[in-house]
Amino acid sequence: MGGRAHRVSLGDAWSRRVHPDLESERRGRALDVERLTHLLDGGARNTALRREVESLFQDDPAFSLINNYFMTPNERYEAAIRKRVLLHRMAQRLGWPKDGLQHHYAFRAISGDVTFNVHDIATKAIRSLGSEEQIAKWAPLSETYRIIVTFAQTELGHGTYLQGLETEATYDAATQEFVIHSPTMTATKWWPGDLGRSATHALVMAQLVCSGARQGIHGFMVPIRSLRDHSLLPGIAAGNIGPNMDLENADNGFLRLDHVRVPRENMLNRFAQVLPDGTYIRFGIAQNNYLSMVVARVDILVNGVLPALQKACVIATRYSVIRRQSRLRPSDPETKILDYQTQQQKLFLPLAMSYAFHFQLASLREFFQNSYVNILNKDISLLPELHALTTGTKAMMSDFCTHGAELCRRACGGHGYSKLSALPSLVTQLMASCTYEGENTVLYLQLARFLVKNYQRAQQVAGPTLQKSLPQSVAYLATPHLTKCPAQRTADFLSPELYTMAWAHMATRLIEDSVRHLQTLRQSGADQHEAWDQTGIILLQAAKAHCYYLTVKSFKEALEKLDNEPAIQPALKRLCDLFALHGILTDSGNFLYDGFLSGPQVDMVRTAYLDLLLLIRKDAILLTDAFDFTDQCLNSALGCYDGNVYERLFHWAQMSPNNKSQNPAYEKYIGPLIQSRGSKL
Amino acid sequence: MNPDLRRERAAATFDPELITYLLDCGPEKTRRRREIENMILNDPDFQHEDYNFLTRSERYEVAVKKSAIMVKKMREFGIADPDEIMWFKKLRLVNFVEPVGLNYSMFIPTLVNQGTTAQQEKWLHPSKGLQIIGTYAQTEMGHGTHLRGLETTATYDPKTQEFIMNSPTVTSIKWWPGGLGKTSNHAVVLAQLITQGKCYGLHAFIVPIREMGTHRPFPGITVGDIGPKFGYEEMDNGYLKMDNYRIPRENMLMKYAQVKPDGTYVKPVSNKLTYGTMVFVRSYLVGEAARSLSKACTIAIRYSAVRRQSEIKPGEPEPQVLDFQTQQYKLFPILATAYAFQFVGSYMKETYYRINESIGQGDLSELPELHALTAGLKAFTTWTANTGIEECRLACGGHGYSHCSGIPNIYVTFTPACTFEGENTVMMLQTARFLMKSYDQVRSGKLVCGLVSYLNDLPSQRIQPQQVAVWPTKMDINSPDSLTEIYKLRAARLIDVAAKNLQTEVSHRKSREEAWNLTSVDLVRASEAHCHYVVVKLFADKLLKIQEKSIQIVLRNLFFLYSLYGISQKAGDFLQGNIVTESQITQANQRVLELLTVIRPNAVALVDAFDFKDETLGSVLGRYDGNVYENLFEWAKKSPLNKTEVHESYYKHLKPLQSKL
Repeated sequence: MGGRAHRVSLGDAWSRRVHPDLESERRGRALDVERLTHLLDGGARNTALRREVESLFQDDPAFSLINNYFMTPNERYEAAIRKRVLLHRMAQRLGWPKDGLQHHYAFRAISGDVTFNVHDIATKAIRSLGSEEQIAKWAPLSETYRIIVTFAQTELGHGTYLQGLETEATYDAATQEFVIHSPTMTATKWWPGDLGRSATHALVMAQLVCSGARQGIHGFMVPIRSLRDHSLLPGIAAGNIGPNMDLENADNGFLRLDHVRVPRENMLNRFAQVLPDGTYIRFGIAQNNYLSMVVARVDILVNGVLPALQKACVIATRYSVIRRQSRLRPSDPETKILDYQTQQQKLFLPLAMSYAFHFQLASLREFFQNSYVNILNKDISLLPELHALTTGTKAMMSDFCTHGAELCRRACGGHGYSKLSALPSLVTQLMASCTYEGENTVLYLQLARFLVKNYQRAQQVAGPTLQKSLPQSVAYLATPHLTKCPAQRTADFLSPELYTMAWAHMATRLIEDSVRHLQTLRQSGADQHEAWDQTGIILLQAAKAHCYYLTVKSFKEALEKLDNEPAIQPALKRLCDLFALHGILTDSGNFLYDGFLSGPQVDMVRTAYLDLLLLIRKDAILLTDAFDFTDQCLNSALGCYDGNVYERLFHWAQMSPNNKSQNPAYEKYIGPLIQSRGSKL
Repeated sequence: MNPDLRRERAAATFDPELITYLLDCGPEKTRRRREIENMILNDPDFQHEDYNFLTRSERYEVAVKKSAIMVKKMREFGIADPDEIMWFKKLRLVNFVEPVGLNYSMFIPTLVNQGTTAQQEKWLHPSKGLQIIGTYAQTEMGHGTHLRGLETTATYDPKTQEFIMNSPTVTSIKWWPGGLGKTSNHAVVLAQLITQGKCYGLHAFIVPIREMGTHRPFPGITVGDIGPKFGYEEMDNGYLKMDNYRIPRENMLMKYAQVKPDGTYVKPVSNKLTYGTMVFVRSYLVGEAARSLSKACTIAIRYSAVRRQSEIKPGEPEPQVLDFQTQQYKLFPILATAYAFQFVGSYMKETYYRINESIGQGDLSELPELHALTAGLKAFTTWTANTGIEECRLACGGHGYSHCSGIPNIYVTFTPACTFEGENTVMMLQTARFLMKSYDQVRSGKLVCGLVSYLNDLPSQRIQPQQVAVWPTKMDINSPDSLTEIYKLRAARLIDVAAKNLQTEVSHRKSREEAWNLTSVDLVRASEAHCHYVVVKLFADKLLKIQEKSIQIVLRNLFFLYSLYGISQKAGDFLQGNIVTESQITQANQRVLELLTVIRPNAVALVDAFDFKDETLGSVLGRYDGNVYENLFEWAKKSPLNKTEVHESYYKHLKPLQSKL
């Protein structure tokens, strides 16, 4: 199926041609969009499969997203359930394999606007935390929706700091049951998705107490609503937590448990077990129970965070070649706003991030797939690195993508404030990602702990074997670095080798600084915990620099594999350059501080950066086209493939219910006011 | 009261009330503000359900209802002073968003500034009493900040002595005006005036859009709501399309330009006067930036004193999150910024009134700088506040995302300030234009005055034509003057860099506009540096005026945090210009950490001093009494979705799914 026919999918009768301002952007460039799309999809066959799946939803009013803009939260929740059911039936009818890419593509086609996304996470959690018997018991039920499971971890008073969770599961050997209980107000489970109105079961993360000892956080399967009439079971209080910035399909809820009893078998026991007499046995390390979070984080980045940023780029970039404002030469027509340097500066960083993070996620997933199976089989040697990689990537991506999407929104001026642009909801979805599945500052600090530890190892053990013994993502800590950047000309800064090295230098130095700061504090009498807290800001910087380094590095490695792809490699390399240099400029203080860069070198970086903007400008539309989102899933009046922005904005506004009914406030308030003084105008 | 908050308040080293007086400009003003606030809070007519649980159209209805009773109430309460009207509206509206808002903020002022006496006689009185509800229709679908690009036309027909109003294209449809969608019956429309076959540019016209009595749009008028937005839910932002719609000649506002009955166009004497409203609105937005940031800060800091999480030392009780260095580093620089902007806001207001008086006496000399400064400061403060509010939300963790925190609402209500009344990048470039003009003036040997007078001392003018390398490097981190000086040098350097890059581009390119475009990233940077300097300077000036020792100390610490944090964040600019040395950066970073500790005991008192009522904050997390969790639970229970235990969707969708499989 050809790209173009596929992309123009709203089928508006009044829109039969592509806006000439967009048409011209797509002509005469060397960049091969289709090939780039294949690369992003992981092969032409995947692209074909994806388009086939997407075409199933095209023109199907049941999956149209436009009406979302005019629905109440309640209606959106209902529509999201309805779509989930339809989707499930479709998958059954077409016989999609359980782990097939079809599900992923279907999710993308409908922008994930369905319920039971947390149910899916919980189902995966059962698979990673449950024994084989438990998986055999629960997974088939949840995978066919005979039960709906929420993943109940976060509490009113505790989030990212899991040891602080207060919900208790106390083992009663007399009845061989666990008593699950919320001892305080702050122990109320708060935020879990699909909990407010939908879930029949909760996978409750609680402090295990057995034989009088606290054993840390474990997962328990707790029935919460009747399978007969959906009423709350005895001892359960649950409901919706009220309106949020977005995520109306998520059904976030609260849950209080008042001495609710579940059988001993309901504790998920792949990594730990309680014997009938109350003896506690652990098969791995305590952190194993966090494995489900690692899985959830990777999922969210792939299915939620990255696509949201990419969509924001598509929308803002397309709109910026349609929108014209002011003139560059008095004789010319008004200029496309994308031709303004300031607009390029705003939009091309998010675009570069969209690609940078794509490649970073690809390498993270590869690492994940290699290590996950081992961990399930209780070989935990790679768990610390997997944990460090996912925490860092999650923190950086959610942070940068939110910021990037908000830049895109604001770059669309007033129309970016209209929900019909789709940008507000992309931004608010991303905003949520900065705190759920781990608050970013806490995550960065967790990563920093890993970095400090490995740095100290690198200091203790020297020699050629060292580099191998360090986890691969921190191997650079054992590599000798230049203390001064060797670049002499602007063009030297366009070398991926050079700027990757610059970022390795920066990360190493900041980790060094942190370690030194920690030592100084320790020597002046602070205990290790105070010292850690008082080094927080430097540690944060170090963790961020490390993440930046990893992203630049994975982009660089991806480019190396594309050496035989002249039709796409140069355009991508410019984005890689831009991403790396943007970071150096933003952080120029740090690079100047230790003399790694000189003032004139920073000027060279700035020149190189500004020159890149002009080059990227030429491919900007094609680079966003390559993401190959359907108009339907973009759901934006500003960002459709055909560029008929203003007509669509006008059409969509007419759909607002306010424009269909009389104004009730007129009868009640405005009318009486106007007529009150018998004015005659 | 929550014991943690009680302890925080007891430990403060100063009386927050004194800072409140300072922010209100005197204890008498504080007393009167509180009096008005209490009148509203105790008035049953202004009570309503929590906005968060209402649909968009219900919110609109509540807002209209409040506007409708407002006129009467203000008379009852004897409120006439502009500040008092502001306090009154703020508290009544929570968001300060009202469908009839533009009637007061734009329609009436435009009528007063641009209408003849006869025109004012005709329209002013009824619009004050809201028989005429006016709006201001400027922005079009295809054009915003660049006014000359507007496409709506008003063509004069001498035969009937009427203007024929037209929206010739889709892009020319008026889009965004507040209150236009459903509420207003008149609009000031900005349109290209065409008479005797010639276009004379933009002029303002009074256009009746809905019929009195029925509220129906007149034939030739297509009007409606533009649909849902990020925020402003209670506002009916609208569109307006006109097809050969005729209005009498007298409906053109003719205080300055005129069209005679035969179609002859009479030019206005001066067009500088129209700057006035713009300058006013922009300086008002600077104050809004301060207030919105202060609100977000109040919520985040109080909640951080109540929230306990994790451990610094094992075995000890969980610390308040406000005790973590990383949390302090997030919030205290924002707190310092909020104070800085408060002072900038009141400076702008005073300056506006002062200059406005001179203008009244025909003295326009200060207008260009004021115009340039308000543009840049509006952009600088709104951008910074926008980021700061979001930081405050993030500092509240997951609960910040819920509407119970109140911060999402503050954010979405505030963020349009980055776009409206002039898109921020365009604003920064306007300031840059003024800076470049001043720079050129200095180069040509003339001195400049006002806040840009530091350009007179540019060393590059005297000694180093190509690269600024030697600056007087003497930073005293304990001296406000020295720090102000450092910011001044940075601004001077970046203006110098931008000016030289602009010259280089001019020498390579044909058009000045192209050169300007290719330098615009540098130009925006230069403007930002100038504005940053102005903020630091105004903050330092303010310190000198504070007599009371206990609050002077606290505010000095905030000043140091604001300025040193800025140096630390923008270290590259300062290092690259050799304005400071590496060891001074180390010193600044170290001092910032110390200041966090110093400010920590006063943090809650410093936000208390902003004196926001819980009703104004609209936040469960930021409650004065700190009883967060109980009230969060109560709040959630009020959600309409919790009205029944089993939601109707169960019967429709879940039950069939579960039984069928």
